Amino acid sequence: MELIVENLSCARGGVIVLEGVSFRLAAGRALVLRGPNGAGKTTLLRTIAGLQPAEGGAISLPPDSIAYAAHADGLKPTLTARENLTFWADIYGRGIGDTLDRMNLAGLADRPAMNLSAGQKRRLGLARLLVAGRPVWLLDEPTVSLDAEAVALFAGVVQGHLAAGGMALVATHINLGLEADVLDLSAFRARPRIAGGFDEAFA
Amino acid sequence: MIALLLRDLRLAIRAGGGFGLGLAFFLLVAVLVPLGVGPEPALLARIAPGILWVGALLACLLSLDRIFALDREDGSLDLLATSPIPMEGVVAVKALAHWLVTGLPLALAAPGLAVMLQLPGGHGWLAISLALGTPALSMIGTFGAALTVGLKRGGLLLSLLVLPLYVPTLIFGAEVARRGVTGMELGTPLALLAAITGGAVALLPFAAALAVRINLR
Repeated sequence: MELIVENLSCARGGVIVLEGVSFRLAAGRALVLRGPNGAGKTTLLRTIAGLQPAEGGAISLPPDSIAYAAHADGLKPTLTARENLTFWADIYGRGIGDTLDRMNLAGLADRPAMNLSAGQKRRLGLARLLVAGRPVWLLDEPTVSLDAEAVALFAGVVQGHLAAGGMALVATHINLGLEADVLDLSAFRARPRIAGGFDEAFA
Repeated sequence: MIALLLRDLRLAIRAGGGFGLGLAFFLLVAVLVPLGVGPEPALLARIAPGILWVGALLACLLSLDRIFALDREDGSLDLLATSPIPMEGVVAVKALAHWLVTGLPLALAAPGLAVMLQLPGGHGWLAISLALGTPALSMIGTFGAALTVGLKRGGLLLSLLVLPLYVPTLIFGAEVARRGVTGMELGTPLALLAAITGGAVALLPFAAALAVRINLR
C-alpha cells in the first residue's frame, strides 16, 4: 500500500496556494510537512482527506484508508470522554478497547469533555485515530496544547502505528522524534491566481 | 448511522435545547392564542387547526440552525465527512433526529392542546396530519441548514430560505386537520401531504449532502 500524490494543485478560498506537489509515502513511513504559516499545510491535508477538490494533479490511495485529525477535535462537551470515543468507534464499526488507557485518559473516562483541560481534550481527539483503524493518518498540528510528556506519548503512538504498517502525513512545527522524510511546502508555493473560472471566483 | 442518531438524541436531551424548546414554544402558542383572540369556543374551534399547524411549523424552525452549526464549530462535520458514513446518510440521520426531538413530540402533544383550543373533534386527524407533515418540515429544514452551514449568524437567512418551502406542507397539513375536524372527505390533501413528505425524504438528502460538501471546502 502506498499514498501517491502527483503534481497536485490546491486552493484555499478560491486562490491557488500550492502547485506541483508530488510525493510517495510507503507503508510504515511518515512524512512531515514543513512551511511557514499560510504555506498550505492544512489545505494540502484537507485536499488529500477529500474535504475539498484538487485543482489539478492526482491523489492515489486505497479507498476508506484515511483518518484525519484536524485542528478541532470534534468532541461534544456534554458527553463524557468514554462516550465521545465510543461514538467515533461505533462510526468506524470498532470498539474502544484499551484506547483511553493508551492515551493516559483512563482516569478521566467518565468526566464530561467540557471539564477536560485543553491538552486532555487534544489527547481524546487524537485517540479517535486509534479507534478508526485506518492506515493513513493525516495529522494537522497534532501536538497543539500538549505538554512534553503528552507529546512523547503521542509520538510513541504514531511510532506504533508506523511499526504496524501504517502511514502518517504530519503538519507540525515541532520535532516529534519520528524517523520521517520532510517535505518543505515553500518549494511548491503557487503564483497567486484565482482557482477555477469566473463564476467560482465570485461565488 | 445508528450511533450518530443515538448521539444526536442524547445531545438534544442533555443540552435541553431542541427537545424542550420546540415543545414549550408550541405550548405557549396554544395558551396565548385564546388570550389574544378571545375565549369564544366557535371562533377558537374554527382557527385551531391552522393555529396549531403554524405553531408546529415555527417550533420546527426554532432549532433548525443547530442541526449542523454545532458539528461545524467543533469539527465533527469535517470528521464525519471523512468517516465511512456517506454524507447523504449523515444528513438523513440529522433530519430524523430533528424530527424525533421536535416533530414527533409536537404531533403527540397536539391533541391535548387542541382541547385547550376548544376543538370539538378530529383530534386524531390533527395528530396524523402533524405526524405525516412534520418529517417534511425537518427534511426541508435540514436542507436549509445545509445551505447555510458555513455562515455566521445564518439563522435569519435560514428562515427566509426555508419558510417559502414550508408553505405547501402548511397548506395541505392544515387542510387535512381542518377537514378531519369538520368530517369532510380528506383523501386528496392527505395524499398530497404524504407526497410532499415522501418527495422531501427521497430527494433532499442528496441535495443537502451536496450543499454540506460544498460548504465544507
